[in-house]
Amino acid sequence: MGKLERIAARQDRAAGRGPTRRGVLLTGLGSAFMFGFARDASAAQTYPQNASLPGNGAFEPTVWCSIAPDGVVNVNIIRAEMGQHIGTALARIIADEMEADWDKVRITYVDTDPKWGLMVTGGSWSVWMTWDVFRQAGAAARTVLVEEGAKLLGTSPANCIARSGRVIAGNRSVSFGDIVSHARPTRSFSPDEMAKLPLKPHSERRLIGKEVKALDIPSKTDGTAIYGIDAKLEGMVYARPKLPPTRYGSKVVSVDDTEAKKIKGYIRYIVLEDPSETVPGWVAVLASTYPAAIRATDALKVTWTPGKTANVSEKDIIEHGRKQIAEKTGGSCVFNDDGVDEAFSSAKHVFERTYTCASVLHYQLEPMNALARLQDGKWEIHCGNQWQSLFLPVIAKALQVKETDVVMRSYLLGGGFGRRLNGDYAVPAALISKAIDGKPVKLILTRSDDMQFDSFRSPSIQTVRVAMDDQKALKGWQHHASAGWPTGVMAAAFMEKGADGKPYDQFAIAGADHWYDVGPMRVRALDNDLADATFRPGWLRSVSSGWTPWAHEAFLDELAHELGHEPVEFRLSLLTAKGRNAGTAPDSVGGAARQANVLKRLVEKCGYGKTQLPKDTAIGIATTFGQERAMPTWTAGAVQVHVDRKTGAVTCQKIWLVLDAGTIVDPDGAMAQTEGGALWGLSMALFENTEIENGNVRDRNLNTYTPLRITDIPEMDIEFVASTEKPMGLGEPGVTTIGAAIANGVFNAVGVRLRHQPIRPADVLKGLSEKKSA
Amino acid sequence: MIKFKLNGRDVSVDVPEDTPLLWALRDDLDQTGTKFGCGVGQCGACTVHVGGRATRSCITPISSVEGAEITTIEGLHPEGEHPVQVAWRDIQVPQCGYCQSGQIMQAVSLLKDYPDPTDEEIDGVMGGSLCRCMTYVRIRKAIKKAAAAMREEKSNG
Repeated sequence: MGKLERIAARQDRAAGRGPTRRGVLLTGLGSAFMFGFARDASAAQTYPQNASLPGNGAFEPTVWCSIAPDGVVNVNIIRAEMGQHIGTALARIIADEMEADWDKVRITYVDTDPKWGLMVTGGSWSVWMTWDVFRQAGAAARTVLVEEGAKLLGTSPANCIARSGRVIAGNRSVSFGDIVSHARPTRSFSPDEMAKLPLKPHSERRLIGKEVKALDIPSKTDGTAIYGIDAKLEGMVYARPKLPPTRYGSKVVSVDDTEAKKIKGYIRYIVLEDPSETVPGWVAVLASTYPAAIRATDALKVTWTPGKTANVSEKDIIEHGRKQIAEKTGGSCVFNDDGVDEAFSSAKHVFERTYTCASVLHYQLEPMNALARLQDGKWEIHCGNQWQSLFLPVIAKALQVKETDVVMRSYLLGGGFGRRLNGDYAVPAALISKAIDGKPVKLILTRSDDMQFDSFRSPSIQTVRVAMDDQKALKGWQHHASAGWPTGVMAAAFMEKGADGKPYDQFAIAGADHWYDVGPMRVRALDNDLADATFRPGWLRSVSSGWTPWAHEAFLDELAHELGHEPVEFRLSLLTAKGRNAGTAPDSVGGAARQANVLKRLVEKCGYGKTQLPKDTAIGIATTFGQERAMPTWTAGAVQVHVDRKTGAVTCQKIWLVLDAGTIVDPDGAMAQTEGGALWGLSMALFENTEIENGNVRDRNLNTYTPLRITDIPEMDIEFVASTEKPMGLGEPGVTTIGAAIANGVFNAVGVRLRHQPIRPADVLKGLSEKKSA
Repeated sequence: MIKFKLNGRDVSVDVPEDTPLLWALRDDLDQTGTKFGCGVGQCGACTVHVGGRATRSCITPISSVEGAEITTIEGLHPEGEHPVQVAWRDIQVPQCGYCQSGQIMQAVSLLKDYPDPTDEEIDGVMGGSLCRCMTYVRIRKAIKKAAAAMREEKSNG
């Protein structure tokens, strides 16, 4: 029996599964043997995949980890695994502080439970928000193990050290496993006690910052990794939604399943009644197989009265935003500094530009899906998800049950990118199961379903203006941004309050609140309510920091050229690290000086302004602070672009990035995230976008939606600044500089300024011809 | 009843003839390593080998593989030690991993045709396999590493 079959057989025995209904493996002996990789519904996901879990008698100093009598250390991971190898990074933190033997460390991606607190995976927060608690949890474990180990060794804790899974006193030592099996420690720690434990200094770190192989990767090379779409339960039926013409407000008038009934395997349709109002107007089609569900859904005839937004276009949304920006009132200000109005009323010169970005789809490769059933009085939702704490209550509301009656079981995510922060897809699965007496049902959206009701990145419009005195010195700054507000729509309670006390969606403005010293600032976030009404705006990798720098970093280049300054020198002159830009401990120690530092290092690296490049080829530069002011990952990016004057095609030949994210916990994981982020930035700048037509997105599959492929990748040179500061996030900062750097590079190459993303060849050609005729 | 060879063993499935091979593999034969991505043969996540050739299982009707030999990621190597899989782990290619079964199956097929592939040849063959995590730099590196290992194996063997 091969390894996979052994794993499968073990899982099957655990799940008490019999042969499948329709597929049979004919063995040499003629007996039927079923092999499957569906996760046992009651077991959590543990890596390395063939590892043993701590059995009875494990010591649990905190909820975050346990040490078993055999020495196996299990670390509980409440973050979603969607490609960032987050379990490995987080386990390194706890294991380092504990002085565990890495070879004995296991990670478990856990199901929902109130004991975990906030379960969310987004914003590049995971390492940053877990850093303190996991070091404390590691210290708690080490403290007890040293105390108990010292007793076993007949000495005092002061004479002992912990190293690599052992407590050592002179030339004698005892393993963590033996300490647990002999001393049977039970001491546990409250959060307050944990916070007081002494932590190791940076110089004593033995795992953090060192190379490691991610624990989840082997299973992703041999077919054994289990994603939500792979979940299986005995007796399960399949479902596909028949989607209404508008995301909101559509009402089912009639349903005719005459044709659907001709599809073999079709079971029935269900018009979903949803008290949570997550999936208004959805009709579900049930079948015994998924191909039958696909066909029956196509064959089912549903008539709806569409919602009010059935004719809305992308242009309507952008023009609505333009009007909002033109109005002096409305929205909420992140910054609204004293003196900004005076700066503009007394300005000798005002320089203003407007920038737009198109809608972008997630196209995470695993289409939305969820499996739901009622088991032993509890509703089980099996799916990959990024924000269980937000959507478990929504599921409970949809089912009209208590939150304690719902559990979300965790699976790998076939891509997150923010799409699975919105758990809307779990609701219809739960509702369907409820309609069939809690029987298991797996709902899968086809790709076109998935794209039609993606919770995509809103189109946006931004205006940036500066006030200058007669010497053309900067005296004031305004940045106004209008876009759909994902947090406003889905998680209003999480919105931040502006300078004026009004709530705003930080994920629809972050990035505009930059660290440059440009005089008094007004940074205003405007909720594009037409966008919110038309579709469900989503969080997409790097959220607003994926598009606000498209405005201010291109604007700074334009302004520098206008004023006759060199763009990099100009930026450095504004990164003074004074006032609110001085930074605060522990998250932004050094402030804007660290942004200046990455920018300087980038310029050294890429040869900007020094290298002689071929005709129509140039380097463009941009710099950001990653995602959020509260968690700055200081980022500087450069691209080398070539513009084909005949076709208007822009080619990105090389990307350089320098980032200061504080301490780097998992260097290769950090690199992988930054590589992927940078290419997302490139893909959105040059390759992919959709547009809203007739109230919905134009693109429904890869025939027209064209994200970056292997053929289009540039050379990449990425560097992390060595630092012992607190670790910041790295899942998204790689995205943030690329678009603006490309726009600036195109200008440097051919003198054409483009203010709409993505940059399309037609826009380049138009710019070139306008320049010629000018 | 349609019969074929799956990962070296005889199997049979009782499904409508126009059922895509993908769903028979995933749901009837429990080989879930092969993934559903686009459903129209344009993302490559569903790639398997039919008669040794990379094939998009989402657009391959089950009736067309009667009697064929099919290999999925689960059957590429009994211990998951095919040189391409080894290179994938050495280079730490997968992020979310969802496309990687298809990428690996496509890469194995590529190396049969081009034992020492250039970047252009890699692009030509791998261009049909979408990776939304954008692990492309590492895919290219791992293919070259696997190619070198396989050439060495051949010259030693």
